[in-house]
Amino acid sequence: MIYQGKQKIWSDYQKEIPDDNWYYVRSCIRQNFFPASEKMFMEICRNVLGKDIYENEHHTTCGGIAYHCDTIPQETAMTIVARQFALMTEAGYENYVASCITSFGNYTEILETWHEFPELEAKIREMLWKSCRKEFKKPKYLAHSSDLIFKFRNEIAEKAKFHLVNKETGEPLRVVEHIGCHYSKMFPSKGVGGAEYPYVLTGMIESWGGNIIDYPERRHCCGYGFRQYHVKANRGYSLSNTHKKFESMAPYKPDMIITNCPGCPYFLDRWQYVIAEMEGKTYGQNGFGIPVFTYEEVAGLVLGYDPWDLGLQLHQVAVEPLLDKIGIEYSPEEKYKGLNSKDIMKPELPSGIKCF
Amino acid sequence: MNKFGFSLSPSSAINLDQVDRTFFNKLTEVEPDALRCMACGSCSATCTAAGYTGMSVRKVLLNLQRGRNEEVRKMLSACMLCGKCTMVCPRGINTRSIILNISKLW
Repeated sequence: MIYQGKQKIWSDYQKEIPDDNWYYVRSCIRQNFFPASEKMFMEICRNVLGKDIYENEHHTTCGGIAYHCDTIPQETAMTIVARQFALMTEAGYENYVASCITSFGNYTEILETWHEFPELEAKIREMLWKSCRKEFKKPKYLAHSSDLIFKFRNEIAEKAKFHLVNKETGEPLRVVEHIGCHYSKMFPSKGVGGAEYPYVLTGMIESWGGNIIDYPERRHCCGYGFRQYHVKANRGYSLSNTHKKFESMAPYKPDMIITNCPGCPYFLDRWQYVIAEMEGKTYGQNGFGIPVFTYEEVAGLVLGYDPWDLGLQLHQVAVEPLLDKIGIEYSPEEKYKGLNSKDIMKPELPSGIKCF
Repeated sequence: MNKFGFSLSPSSAINLDQVDRTFFNKLTEVEPDALRCMACGSCSATCTAAGYTGMSVRKVLLNLQRGRNEEVRKMLSACMLCGKCTMVCPRGINTRSIILNISKLW
C-alpha cells in the first residue's frame, strides 16, 4: 500500500486519550517477565511527565487468560472486571488505564457487550453487590498504557538524552514494531491506527529517531496464544509462529523489536534462544539475537535511565550490541547486581546464541 | 523430539522469488495452454476423483507454479483420465492432455 494510503487509514482511527488523572491496573505476568517496565511507566508518568496516576494494591487479575482459555465463563470475567471498576470509582477516578493488552481487550469487549446487552450489565451489578457489596461507574475513557506513552511521545523526545540512531553512521535504527493481538484486532476503532496499520508504536519510534520496517508477517501473532503455549503438547505451534515471524523479518536486518503486550516481548525474546538451540540459527548480527523491548524500556533508554535499572539484564537476547550502537553507556560489572549492589547471580549462558 | 519436549514445524509460507519453476516452464513449452488457466475451478468441481482423493486440476497447476511438484505427484496418482475436466473448461483447455504431458515429463 502506498504511504499516503496508510496515513489516511491511521487518521481514520484516532481515539481520545485522557491528558491526566489515570487509574492504573497492572498486568498479571509482566512483572515476572520484565519487572522494571511497569515501574518505569509509573516513573515516566509521575516524574518525567508530572501526571496524576493512581494504582491500588487491591486490584486483581482481569480474568482475561482464564476467559480466553475457556476455563471461566464471560460472566465471571465480567464480575471480576466490575470489581476493578468499583475500586476505580471508590478512588474517585474516571480514566482507566490497563498495562496489559489482553486486559485492555477484555475491558473493551465487556464494555461493548454491556452496551449491546444492558440487561447483562444489570445482572453483573447485582452479582457484584451480592459477592462484594460494591457498586461501580463505568470508566469515561479506557486506554492502554502504550496509548499514553504514544500521546506524550513528543514530550519524551524533547527530554531524550539518546535517539534511536546508529552513532557511528548517523543512520536511524531499523526497528520492528509488534502490536499485541488484543490491542486492536478485536475492536479496531479502540486502537490508535486500527487493526491493519496500528500507529501506536510506529509513532513512538518515529518520534524517537528510528525507522520502522515493514515486512510480510508484520501483523502475525507472536505465537503466545494462551491455548498454544500453556499446553505443552501445543507449544511447538507457538514456537513455529514465532519462527515464521523471524524468518520473515530477518532479510530486513532489524536492529531491535519494540512491543506493547506482556506476552510478545517474552516469546519473541525467549524463543530466539530455543530456535538457536534447535536449529542453530540466530537472527541478529555476529551470532547475537535481535533484542526485544517493551515500549517503557525503550522510553527509559532514550530518556537516559541506566539499562540495568530498566531490567535489561533479564532479557535472554543480549542488549549490549544495541546499547553500543546507540552509544548508551553501561557497566558490564554491574549487570548482575541488584538493589544495593546485591549479587543476583549470573545465569548459565547458552551455547547456540551469543550472550554476556 | 529434543530436550524441550516439543518441536518446530517449518513455515508453510512460499517466497515466490525463490520458487523453482523449471518443471512448470518445461510444461508450458509443450502445453502453452497451461498459461491460459484462470483458476475458475470448474475442472475440480466436476472431477469424479476429487471428492475422495483431493485431486484438483486447478491445484495441480497452482502447485506447479509454486514449485510444489511432490504434492502434484500425489494428486495426479488419483486421476482416472476420464476427461470430464476437459469437457467443462470454459477456456477450452485440454486438461486431460496437460495431465498426460505432466506424467511424461516426470
